[in-house]
Amino acid sequence: MNINWFKYSSPQTFYPLAGRMIPWFAWLATAFAVVGLYIAFAIAPTDFQQGEAYRIIFVHVPAAWMSMVIYIVMAGWAALGLALNARLSAMMAQALAPTGAIFTFIALVTGSLWGKPMWGTWWVWDARLTSELILLFLYLGFIALQSSIDDVRRADRAGALLALVGVVNVPIIYFSVKWWNTLHQGSTISMGAAPKMVTTMLIGMLLMALAFWMYTIAVALMRVRCIMLERERSSEWVKQLSGVNL
Amino acid sequence: MNKAWVIILRRDLLLALRRRSDVATTLFFFLIVSSLFPLGIGPEPAVLSSIAPGVLWVAALLAGMLSLTRLFATDFSDGSLEQMLLAPQPLALLVTAKILAHWIVCGLPVVLLAPIIGLQYALPNDALLVLVLALLLGTPALSLIGAIGAALTLGVRGSGLLIALLVLPLYIPVLIFGAGAVAASQHGMSAQAHLSLLAACSLLSLVLAPIATAAALRISVE
Amino acid sequence: MQWASWTAFFNMGGYAFYVWFSFGLTALCLIWEVLALRKRSAQALRLSRLLAQG
Repeated sequence: MNINWFKYSSPQTFYPLAGRMIPWFAWLATAFAVVGLYIAFAIAPTDFQQGEAYRIIFVHVPAAWMSMVIYIVMAGWAALGLALNARLSAMMAQALAPTGAIFTFIALVTGSLWGKPMWGTWWVWDARLTSELILLFLYLGFIALQSSIDDVRRADRAGALLALVGVVNVPIIYFSVKWWNTLHQGSTISMGAAPKMVTTMLIGMLLMALAFWMYTIAVALMRVRCIMLERERSSEWVKQLSGVNL
Repeated sequence: MNKAWVIILRRDLLLALRRRSDVATTLFFFLIVSSLFPLGIGPEPAVLSSIAPGVLWVAALLAGMLSLTRLFATDFSDGSLEQMLLAPQPLALLVTAKILAHWIVCGLPVVLLAPIIGLQYALPNDALLVLVLALLLGTPALSLIGAIGAALTLGVRGSGLLIALLVLPLYIPVLIFGAGAVAASQHGMSAQAHLSLLAACSLLSLVLAPIATAAALRISVE
Repeated sequence: MQWASWTAFFNMGGYAFYVWFSFGLTALCLIWEVLALRKRSAQALRLSRLLAQG
């Protein structure tokens, strides 16, 4: 879309645009979720090794993917905000963080719930789960830093720098955790290797991942609108929105 | 350009020398925390020597982190930090002087005290040697990464705990390689890979952390 | 369809707790997020109105 980007870089113009976009993404999320869940429960066959419990991967793996994707996108917005000194980019980064943290939490809990019937313990210190746990700490640190700094612009920039430092560290942390422990079952979906899963399972997971992605966009837009309302609450356009007779 | 760097280093060391309690508290904290674990777990040498690498490294991490809040705060309150920001020398370079001073005051004593504490944990002699080497290679990374956290949280309420939350996840690779080195030598294997990775962490931090710290200082002060 | 009956579906081969807790928790988290945001938005608008009138 080669529209004039800078027109929408002010909260006042982006607010209604975001508002119009949200329903679209909400509907897409619902549609993908319905089809994905249908495949997850009605079409995907029973795994002969893991029984019905494996169906948890239809939320666990997409949530884990989202937790990582959101962090990278968040760091991208942070970089943009620092480079262009743009408020809206910083607000987008701030808007994405809680959703990322929630998906990380979901990935951890569902991973644990999958692990109990499979490996017999509620928690396994394998590379992937442990890295997810550390990712949760990175999200929480970002959120904590931004909420502790009173000056909004300083909070934006400090958070952005932290996100960038984090994103550089994530591969290092992942490598070191893998070095430390290699118990987790090998990645069942990798770029080059053939998936060890039946195709229907793969499609189901991808659809759920798309559902989560659409959901994330919708929710991030909702949150960024809230952030805009809170920051600009004394400006004219917000007052008009709140229904004050001027 | 070198003169300013040396002046800052010397100033920080002098100030630390005058307030010797800073060095002492870091050391005592390290000592106390490492004494807590045997009290909590039990005195069997076999158990202690198996947890020693992890415990000693975690204690070193936490001890180093305690002093981070002071890294820039005192300079900020007396105005000298602003002078550094305005100085013609690159801020990233000046920052390395402060970080070096911090390491000499807080990191190096831990490295020197560690073998004595390692004896309390029934570590064999070559493991003790690897411990010292690992801490020597790894604690610079801890000071460097910690500086980023200190710069980001400058002047913020509750910055002590906040620094911990921000910086501890980033410390994890150093912890893994450092403790792994000692554990490897305990099991009779070569710690070379771990030590090389530790050195790599410190070198990478040396290159990148001062830049990030300088950027964070500008964000916090301006 | 592969389920013998609705009972078999809910039972999930004995793993009912794990499977349904996972999906249920996920749904709960996501719905909670949306509801919390709605509330936050309403609060922000209300505060703006109060500030304008006050």
